[in-house]
Parts: sequence; structure tokens; C-alpha cells
Amino acid sequence: MAHAYTPGLKVTESTLVVKRRRLPILGEVLVKKGDVVTPGTIVARTQIPGDPQTVNISSKLGLEADEVPEVMLKKEGDAIKKGEVIALKKSFFGLFKSSVESPIDGTIDNISAITGQITLRGPAIPVEIQAYVPGKIVEVIDREGVVVETPAALIQGIFGVGGERQGTLQMVAKDPGEVLSGDKITPDMKGKVIVGGSLVTADAIKKASDLGVTGIVAGGIIDRDLIEFLGYDIGVAITGQEDINLTIILTEGFGQIRMADKTFNLLKDLNGSVASINGATQIRAGVMRPEVIVSLKNLKQDKGLQHGDEGGGMTIGTPIRIIREPYFGKLATVAELPPELTVIESGTKARVLVAELKDGSRVVVPRANVELIED
Amino acid sequence: MAQLTPDKIKSIVATDCGSTTTKAILIEEVDGVFRLISRGEAPTTVEAPFEDVTIGVRNAVREIEELVGKSFLQESEERGVMTPRKDPKTGVDAYLSTSSAGGGLQMMVAGVVKNMTAESAERAALGAGAIVMDAIAINDGRQPYQKIQRIRQLRPDMILVSGGIDGGTITHVAELAELISAAEPRPRLGIGFNLPIIFAGNKDARTYMKEILGEKTDLRIVDNLRPVLEQEVLGPARHEIHNLFMEHVMAQAPGYNKLMKWADAPIMPTPGAVGLIIESTAKQENMSVVGVDIGGATTDVFSVFQEKFNRTVSANLGMSYSICNVLTEAGVDNIMRWVPFDIDTADLRNRIRNKMIRPTTIPQTMEDLIIEQALAREALRLAFEHHKSLAVGLRGVQQVRDISQTFDQKGTGDTLVNVMDLGMIVGSGGVLSHAPRRIQSVMMMLDAFQPEGVTELTVDSIFMTPQLGVLSTIHPKAANDVFQRDCLVRLGTAVAPVGTAKEGEACVTVVAHLPNGKTVEKAVAYGSIDAIEFPEGEAQIEIKPARNFDVGAGRGQTMSTKVRGGLGGIIIDGRGRQSMFLPADTQNRIRKLLEWYKSLDVYPMDILEQYMNK
Repeated sequence: MAHAYTPGLKVTESTLVVKRRRLPILGEVLVKKGDVVTPGTIVARTQIPGDPQTVNISSKLGLEADEVPEVMLKKEGDAIKKGEVIALKKSFFGLFKSSVESPIDGTIDNISAITGQITLRGPAIPVEIQAYVPGKIVEVIDREGVVVETPAALIQGIFGVGGERQGTLQMVAKDPGEVLSGDKITPDMKGKVIVGGSLVTADAIKKASDLGVTGIVAGGIIDRDLIEFLGYDIGVAITGQEDINLTIILTEGFGQIRMADKTFNLLKDLNGSVASINGATQIRAGVMRPEVIVSLKNLKQDKGLQHGDEGGGMTIGTPIRIIREPYFGKLATVAELPPELTVIESGTKARVLVAELKDGSRVVVPRANVELIED
Repeated sequence: MAQLTPDKIKSIVATDCGSTTTKAILIEEVDGVFRLISRGEAPTTVEAPFEDVTIGVRNAVREIEELVGKSFLQESEERGVMTPRKDPKTGVDAYLSTSSAGGGLQMMVAGVVKNMTAESAERAALGAGAIVMDAIAINDGRQPYQKIQRIRQLRPDMILVSGGIDGGTITHVAELAELISAAEPRPRLGIGFNLPIIFAGNKDARTYMKEILGEKTDLRIVDNLRPVLEQEVLGPARHEIHNLFMEHVMAQAPGYNKLMKWADAPIMPTPGAVGLIIESTAKQENMSVVGVDIGGATTDVFSVFQEKFNRTVSANLGMSYSICNVLTEAGVDNIMRWVPFDIDTADLRNRIRNKMIRPTTIPQTMEDLIIEQALAREALRLAFEHHKSLAVGLRGVQQVRDISQTFDQKGTGDTLVNVMDLGMIVGSGGVLSHAPRRIQSVMMMLDAFQPEGVTELTVDSIFMTPQLGVLSTIHPKAANDVFQRDCLVRLGTAVAPVGTAKEGEACVTVVAHLPNGKTVEKAVAYGSIDAIEFPEGEAQIEIKPARNFDVGAGRGQTMSTKVRGGLGGIIIDGRGRQSMFLPADTQNRIRKLLEWYKSLDVYPMDILEQYMNK
């Protein structure tokens, strides 16, 4: 039971961020080990075979399947243009002709005498992978991609939507409890990653999206507002592929929840720096949380790299956040760690801790229901 | 992998590598009977930063070593469990494992006709323990380009292609092959490898399959799974799926090459192993059985009806990662119908979402527990509905009917699931296995599955059915000994008459002749639920349903049968069935819920009252 609590999310002003950037299929790596890259540097590239399309020649020309190769004007591998005649049937000594035109630009991939179908393939689709963070290439994975490393400030959120983007961080909220509402969004925020406090409202998201804001970081969101913005409900905790024009990162969860002071203060320190952000969240197997990364090179004043501990155990005095009812969202410190199992209100026997809340009161919570506030 | 002789096996370590936790159990023979001795668990280490499943396996086994004071692991981290046993304190005779880590086995299937060969292929894949990502068929209503795009997007671990009875269509089978070829599918794991394709269709189409797919894919050919319309032969296809799971999926997953060498029998996909146990239980008990495993992301349902085994996976019905999907599919009203107090809908929705993003938290308050168990009822109900729709008889089969059936013609492809025929439910998964009170599991299963007549209710104490499933392949007796004695927790037997009446009218009377010599008689009115205490053993009971009610012998007919006891005793469920008695208006619904929960002592009433007065 050494891990009976949720390891906290990383909120640290300096750590070594390592990003593995891989192609979906084998291709070409464009950088070498030791190269210095920017977020926009294309590090690897490949060509995904174009979209295929089948055309049933035998039914279009009223032929048996095995007669199809004879009427084809093009061979497998030949280039074709949209509208070009690719199959021609002549009857009555050439008096009557019927033909089939190509519906796309591309090539003939396959001519089947078994089914009477042909497969056409559109032009190959180029896929490029960018570095995403500024840094140094520390490893090249042959024909697959690279590993980029950068000393950076890192803030992990709890949940997000929207993919990888870059923008300058701009604090909007003055304190971690402030609500980010529509009236606080202004046109100069275009291209920026803006930071709110306890909540981002529906009208704020809408206005930010309309104005071309790159990303929003806030403590919480009302579940209905997110659904309304996306246009559909999120059933499973796998995100990052949404077709939206900005990335949203929540640091605390659903509902109005004051952003942790530490997170808020670090974001404040990073104000004005360029950040790489990603809302992708995947909670099943190999947890992936949304992130805000600011390379130390992008900071105005250089902070030395500190190798923070990798989240050790929980001891008396460890700062924690309670992550379930009835104390959801409350910040506290560990006051006692009784070793024995304790029956809690729900009747469950669980390993618990005594937490001292900010107001000095002490409450008992299951260890599974707290997370460490980690460096 | 050494050949094992069952007679020489006296001790076994078995692990199940789940997506979050690796669970190890130690089984030893004690006085001629195999028993669970200890268990250990550790986080699964398939993902970064470890990327080696064997680290988690060694950690889980080490926990057992510490608990029992014996040593099972070889010293080198590169090596696994010591086999065979050197002395009573060192090593075991066999080491086995199952796995669902890294997303388990993900497959696509294809067939010519959606309701026939494609459906048979789906059953073969599900039965082998796979998640079926999509079933492609010539007549599935999608355009060829849409099917090709779908195959390209999904990146399954393998594709099972069926189609055509032997001697039947070749053109359509070739068409399927051309669709797959055009998509140039890539496997999920192993970037430079060809995708494995199993062809289990018309034997006359094999040459064409080789011609079209032989070079582009890793093509395997097995016997037709539907050689004639009236027959489904899933064994060879399932066997090849398991082979490929070992050769391809496991071999690509981090650390599995090592684990495969450590294990004394092939590693099985976790649900495939659970299926084996459910099948053998149905055979042994000679009854229809439903097994269910409700996890964080998915809910698996297994059943044996009319001696036919079926398994389905509801990939997006679970208690944490996909809990929001339960909310979406069931709707707030269906969840709230099991909750005996009012709660603000927006608050409820935010709570459920917060459970999704922090899946390892546990309900601290009674309010949270009741909401979580309400969600579990709905997830189980939806998964069972899904199962009913897929566990069907063969379609496309001509049936011989006699004159008496002229007015009762049912199409083929009807569900095999008949809840009146259901003899036993085996529940597993945290929310069922670890409910603070066992009676809460009884209520969740009764409400979700709505069994009719007489049904025994059980739960898997610590979810060890996967390990026992793989054990049953090399030592059926050991697997059965542990399953009966240490795995199954007998919760009792439900008696549920089918029918309707007015609330409070007579429904059923049960007379139980208990093993202690006492006879207890209990009458339950329509709309109520009650129980006869009977913690263990077997009892003869007479069930006397009222005129409009049926417990399996016909309306109003008395039935006499033997039942097993359990922690919940004989539960007499007078809430009718098809649809269950549950008032629509909030006030009456809460009144009835409280009556039921009080009657069976499901939740502490003093704490419940606090939430009602809030």
C-alpha cells in the first residue's frame, strides 16, 4: 500500500522536460543528435499513402469481373487525373462505347479480376512532426522520431481539451479565486495563453475562441459549459483530438475551485514568457495530463535547474489537496498518519490520514482521496 | 515452456497484469485440496517510465513472499519465478499469467453478411478475450471508402476475416480482402511489422486471400468459422487469436518477451481466462450462468445459456475512466431513481466528472457511496442489455416448424438470454466485490440484471477468476478447488416472481426448511422485498406465488427446489419484473427505496436520514 494516495500533479519552476516525438508510421528524421530546435522545427516527416477509393468497373460497364482488366486503359501504378477516362467498353464493332472516368487525381492501385473492382489512390498525405518544445535533440530513433530535452518550468493540469499550441502567458486573474468571465477577455489576448483563477465561464470561452486566444488555463469549469463549447459530451477520459481553435487546461477539476496558490504563483512568475501547452488527457493506462511548459530559455531571468525530488512519500506536514467530497478542493497539510484501517462514513475500511485544513480544523480523509502538492 | 504434469503440481503462483494493477496469488495444496494462501499486488509497469511489465510482476510476487515468509523469485531481475519447487519454502511448481495491460487485445472483424458471418467473427473475437473495435461487412450500409477509412483509423492488433460458407461466395470475400489491402492497415504495436490477419472463411477463397493480402500482411489461414449456415465453429479462429496474441501483441508489449519465458503456460488475455471459468461453472452446476466484471473503463459480460457461451465487452461503460459515458447513456433520471434523496443535478454531474479525472478516489460519504452504486446499477444494466443483443442464436438458419408453431413464428437470431432460466450470477469488479456491505452487491445485481424465478447471487472475493481461468488449462481441479472455496462469495439466492398487482397485494410466500431443522415461512407483498436469514448450506424451499405471478413453474404454480444460502440469505423480491415496480413520482419512489433499503439493511438508516433532511 505504498501508493495509497494519488501522486500529485507536477507544478515546478524548473525541471528537465523530456519529450518523445514520434511519427505514426516509419519515415525520415530531419534533425541530428545535438541539434538545437524551436517548437516549430520539423523534426521528422513521412508520407501516409493517399486515401483509397474503389470503383466497381464490372457493374458500371455491365461486365463479368474477369473481363475488367481487358477494358482498362490504365495499368496498376499509372497516374490518373480526375475526369480522365480509365476504362472503355466497345460493343457492336466499336459502334457503341461506354466508359468510366476517374473520380480523383492519383494513381491506379489495384485492378481486380475477382471482384471487378479497381482501387484508386489519392495523392500521398505528408505528415510532419514538430519539436513542440524548444530544446536539444538528445536521441534519434531511427526512421521514427526524436527525443527533445529542455530545462523548463512545468505545470500539469488535471484535465484538458485541445492539442499542442504555443503562446505567450498572460495573467488575467489577479487572485486564484477570481472567475474568468467574458468581460475580462480583450482583443489584445489574441494568440496568448490566458490564465484565470477558480473558474472559466461559458461566455469567456466563447469570446476567447472568437478572438483567437490560443489557450486558457483555469482552476475549474462547469461541466455543461464544456459540453456546450465542444458541441458534444465527453464520455471517456481521452482528449486532445477535439476540433477546436483553442486549448483549455484545468488545474483543479469540474466546478468552481480556487486554483492552488502554488500553481497560480508560478504562472504569475511566468507571465510574459512563451509557453508550449497541450490539453491532451488520458487517464487510463499510462496517465497523460495536460501541461504548460515554459523553457527556461524563454524566461526573462534565468533560474538555475533544480532537480526536484520525484515525489517521495507522504509525511507529517506534507501539503496536500483533498480531491473528493465532503472536503473536495480543500488544501491542507498532513497532521497524522494512523497506520490502522479505519471505517469511514460510507462503511468502507480504508487507510486514512488526519488533515489540518487552512482554518486549523482537523478532518479524517481516506489516503486515496488526497493528492500531494508536488514540486 | 516445460511440459507440466498436473500430478506434480502442488503449488502455483499466478499473476494478472491489469492496466493499472498487477495482482499475484499463491495457491498451495493443503490436505489434498488446493487453497488460496496469499495475494499481493503492485502497480503495473507497462508504461513509461518503467516500460517493463515484469517489474510489476516481481513486485506483486515479492509482496506475497513477505507475507508468507517464503521465497519464489529468482535473484536476477531478468529471471522470474523459481520453478519447480525446491523445498516447501523455496519456489513453486508452476507460474502462470494473464494480461490485459496496455489496452488488452484490440481487434477488428470482417464478414460478408453483417448478421451472419460478421456476427460469428465478432463472437469468436469476443470469446477469445478481445475488444472488438468495429465489424466490417459488405452489407453494413457504409460506402467502401468509409470502411477503408475506418480500417485505416483504428490500428487494431489484428483483423479476423470470415465470410462465405464453404463452397459459397468468393467475390464478396475477395472484396473484403481488397478493402483491407487498400487501407494498408498498420498494427497498433510494432511500427515496422505487418498487421496479422486471420482468414476463417470460405475455404475456396483462400488462394485469392493469399493473392491479395499475402504480401502486405501477416496472413494466417484457419478453418471456416461458419462452414455451413447451421453451424458455427469458433475454436480454430479463437486458437489462432490466442497464438497471435502471444506471438505478436505480447511480443511487442514492453517486457512481455521476458514474461512469456517465465510462464509455464501461454499468457492468456484476461477476459478469455475469465470466460473459461464461467463456462466450466455452468457445466459443473448444470445451469445457465451470467458473469460480469465491471472495471474502471469497461464492463465485460459472460453468459452460458442453452450450453452456448457468449461474451461481450461494453468498452465505454465503467466506474471511473468512462463513468461519464454511463451518465450520458443512462441519463440523470435513471441514475437518480436509485437514490433516496435529492441532489442538485449540476453538482451530481460535476462530481461524476471529478471521479473520471481522479479515478482512484473512494466514496467517503454515504451520499457518495449511494450515488456510485446507483451508477453501477445503470452501467451493469446497459452492459447486460448490450449482451442480450449480441448473445443470439445463429441467424440465417432455416428452421423446421410444426403446425403448432404456425402462429408463433419467431425469427432466428433471438437472444439466448432468458433470465427466468438463469441459475447463477457471478459478479466481480471493485464496486461489487468491495461493497462495504455485501447486501449492497445483492441489490445492485438484482436491480441491474432483474433475474426472474430462482437465482443464486455470488461475487468474486478478490477478482482472481483470470488467474484461475489460466490455471484451469493446466490443472482444472486446482482451479475449481480455489474457485469454490476461496474465490466465490455466496451472497444468497433470490426468489423473484414475475407479474404485476397493486402495491401491497399478495405476491409470494416462501417456506424454507433450513439446515438447522427450523422451518421459516415468509409472505412478501407486491412492491416489497424481504429476506430469510440463511448464511450457509442448502435448504429445500417451497415457493407459492400468488395467482398472477410465476416463479418458473407457471402462473400461480407452487415450485419446490433446493437453494444455497449466503450472507444475504433467501432474498424474496416481490417487485415484479418486466418492468420492475418503481413509482414514477419522487416522493413515492423515495418512500419505496427507503422501505427496501431498511428491510434488507442495505444502508445505515440513521446516516441516510441526515442526507434526507439536508
